[in-house]
Amino acid sequence: MRDRAPRRPDSGLFSSLARERDGPGTAGEADIASEGEGDALTGAAARYAAAVLAGAACCLLPLATTLRGPLGGTVDWPRLALLAFLHTCAESLAVGLPTPCARVGRRLLRRPPREPREPARALPGRGFFPVLFAGVLLLPPAAAALVAVPGALTAHIPRPRRLRRLWNAAQLAVAAFAAAAVYRLLGGPHLLLGADFPAAALGAMAAVAAFCLVNAVLVGVMRQLDTARPHRAAHPADLARAAGAVVLPALVQGAGGLMVAVLWQGPYGAFAAVLALLPLSISAWMFAQGHREAGAHQATVRALVQAVEIKDAYTRGHSERVGRAAVLMARQLGMAEDRIRTLHFAGTLHDVGKLGVATELLRRNGPLTEAERRAVEVHPVFGHELVRDLAFLGEARAGILHHHERLDGRGYPAGLAGDRIPEFARIISVADAFDSMTSTRSYRRGRPVTEAVTELQRCAGSQFDPAMVQALVAAVDLHGWQPEPPPPGGWDGEVPDIPLGVPEPAHRVPGPGGRITAGGSP
Amino acid sequence: MRPGRRGGFLRPSAVHAAAALLLGAALLHVAVHGLVQPQVALAFGTVVAAGERARITLPGDREQAPLGTAAALAYALLGPLHGTPTGHGTLQVVAVTGLGTLAGLLPLALPGVRTRRAGPGRHARPAPGLPDAARADIASRRLLTTAFAALLFQPVYGSGLLDRAPIVGPAYGALLTGVAALTALCDAVLAAVLHRARAGLRFAAALEDELRSLLGIGSAIVATGMLVSLLAGEVGLWALPLFCTPLLLAQASFRRAAAIRATTGQTIEALARATEVAGYTPPGHARRVADTACALGRELGLGTRDLALLEYAALMHDIGQLSLVEPVPGGATAMLPPAEQQRIARLGSEVIRRTGVPRRVGDQVARLADPFRLPDGAADRSLPLAARIIRVANAHDDLRTEARGRGLSEATAAFAALERLRLERGRGYDPAVVDALARAGAAGREPA
Repeated sequence: MRDRAPRRPDSGLFSSLARERDGPGTAGEADIASEGEGDALTGAAARYAAAVLAGAACCLLPLATTLRGPLGGTVDWPRLALLAFLHTCAESLAVGLPTPCARVGRRLLRRPPREPREPARALPGRGFFPVLFAGVLLLPPAAAALVAVPGALTAHIPRPRRLRRLWNAAQLAVAAFAAAAVYRLLGGPHLLLGADFPAAALGAMAAVAAFCLVNAVLVGVMRQLDTARPHRAAHPADLARAAGAVVLPALVQGAGGLMVAVLWQGPYGAFAAVLALLPLSISAWMFAQGHREAGAHQATVRALVQAVEIKDAYTRGHSERVGRAAVLMARQLGMAEDRIRTLHFAGTLHDVGKLGVATELLRRNGPLTEAERRAVEVHPVFGHELVRDLAFLGEARAGILHHHERLDGRGYPAGLAGDRIPEFARIISVADAFDSMTSTRSYRRGRPVTEAVTELQRCAGSQFDPAMVQALVAAVDLHGWQPEPPPPGGWDGEVPDIPLGVPEPAHRVPGPGGRITAGGSP
Repeated sequence: MRPGRRGGFLRPSAVHAAAALLLGAALLHVAVHGLVQPQVALAFGTVVAAGERARITLPGDREQAPLGTAAALAYALLGPLHGTPTGHGTLQVVAVTGLGTLAGLLPLALPGVRTRRAGPGRHARPAPGLPDAARADIASRRLLTTAFAALLFQPVYGSGLLDRAPIVGPAYGALLTGVAALTALCDAVLAAVLHRARAGLRFAAALEDELRSLLGIGSAIVATGMLVSLLAGEVGLWALPLFCTPLLLAQASFRRAAAIRATTGQTIEALARATEVAGYTPPGHARRVADTACALGRELGLGTRDLALLEYAALMHDIGQLSLVEPVPGGATAMLPPAEQQRIARLGSEVIRRTGVPRRVGDQVARLADPFRLPDGAADRSLPLAARIIRVANAHDDLRTEARGRGLSEATAAFAALERLRLERGRGYDPAVVDALARAGAAGREPA
């Protein structure tokens, strides 16, 4: 349901945070972001990326030499290889995708690759690093940096792949190097060998903190430089939540890494260390599954909207557009992100009660009698009835019930006035009117945006809340507005009866049936 | 299911009694001999009690407290602690686990907490007495499982056999892994016994549920328990707070996934009510069909996962009617000509495919208007069981509503509907499903 038009990384570090939240207890992306940047880097961003790449190369340099001292040391190559391999596998496993070995195996067996699935997000904080943390604790800095590289170079990420993979490999390598260096300087390896707890745990946590800090700075600077996209101010509540969302997963992943390291150093060997990854991998897998379920849920809500549009085909896409306009207005009003998400549901579902109105009345172009008008006006009540038990809709339910109230109290169904009308309802009524005016219906052409805005401003104070009208005007000025174009061939005689493209003899309806689009945005 | 088959040792009360006896014996032992290494016992007991407060609900209203179970298992498998041997033995493990669990349950027994815990359920159909029974189940299951693990490991460790053999390093790890795996299997069987009785499932279906959850959060619990005991051998009691955290994360992820799944369930119920609000079907029809279908599914041995999909399909089986301009009189699709029924089913499955529910649900709805026998008289083998079940449940509700409309009483209407279906048994409807309906009706377990 959320606008998912851009498949690009989000502009602000924290801006997309709450929008990405899908349920209770979730967290958004933030500092442990392994997600890289940009479509094509330009100017300063490109120079910065080159500098980070060069830095990563310097981090890996000690591997070629026999450097001694706190930052050098002999490299246990089999251990390094195993850790790098595990890191590569763990990350794909955690996002619910086939591991690289499975992919290579399929290719060797000449089986067709599995149907591509969209990678779900891993643990909160977008990244699954316990093996990398174990490498930081177990290996010299240069070797720890190398552990990060193969995983990042084969990661499942959206395009442009090569650039993102290179950038991620470089920034993770630098971060891992820094973390391992901090750990060595704190004397961590000795504490770990002596199983000197809790001092060893504190050292490990310091290393994890260093990793997060370096990672956050590298990614944050890149986002600042890559300012092709407009920057949105983040809500303070979102920022606070972001901090909480990062610290906890990082600590837990650090504990996972420490577990692997302790077992590997201890007498039990690599076997137990691999087993130690099980609990964390399962939580990451379950998190990814939750993400997929959230997608399924959104599809289900969309199906509810489509059910309305089957009946009231003139308003195809209307629900989606009202939802989108309401979100744009709410951003102008500075609403918190989780309320915006609920508002989006409210806007999209505001006309769901039209299911309970006779199809013939909805499709009538001519005037309605008094009784018929009352039958249509009951639709907000029906809608509320329908969504009453959907707990996730929260205050959206009141928004659906009251979206036809007027500021002067002459609206329906309750005749509320002024501030007694819920905020969501005031937003939706403006967005609803605006989209109705600008979109073309069978019996009239859509009005130009400027004309619709003038009309809204004329009715501000009597029908609409002036603040909401102001928000809509500002949002339209900023983002523009694309009204629904009339369909090719016009609307004449087209009353789609059969939903969703099932071929069907049109014996029930005159005119060509069987054409329905799935609403506004893809 | 024949009522007589629920007896014997596999009754929940028998499991509770065994657990209570065991706990009594263990407490007696501790009272006589005193606690060995009381700090260790206190630490593990505290984590068990704390873990009891943070529970998760698995599909099918099963409850589990991952942290408590993992801590109990870790205590049962605890050999050396920070390099020095321990000597708590099997019965002390049982006593500490039991006391920890009871301490964790104690605050829940207070009346104020209980009302707060009783949140809105998905179907708002509270099973009477469920919280107490579930608590007793979880406690006795934990106790018996832990006792099983301790019985496998502690005597071997206590006798010094491991040092003489010498089983150290990787071999010791492998031994613990083996014990943990056996414990997990034992726990799954025990849970299936308890769950079967509560949910009215067949034993095979209940066991399948438990093994399935063993692949998910179950393996995380067992692995954490085993690892904490291994790690405690290396780093001492610090292992408990440090290395239980991954499990907390698993628990949070699990909760989130479950919450989203519940939300999806609500949305599907709303979608199912859409046909009722639009006046195409009588009020409550979708819910009644879903309830009957689930009762039949249980009777026919479906597991929780299949039942959930069956419920989705049954709730949405009339969605196709939204595409009709005029409602069917009385909303009774079972009385329509077969071609029209199949058309509605196909249209409905198209809508369902647009929702996010698994693909199977759409396939089931697409086939639900197809008769059981092909025109040549052979049974249609490609027909999904769920489609056959929903077909019977839907026809039963339609016929019953119609019979009630003729002025019959509730019981007579249900009986008349069943008789009508029996006439068609083996032609339009699957005889096995019709027989299951008769049995469920006789046992009084079919929701009216």
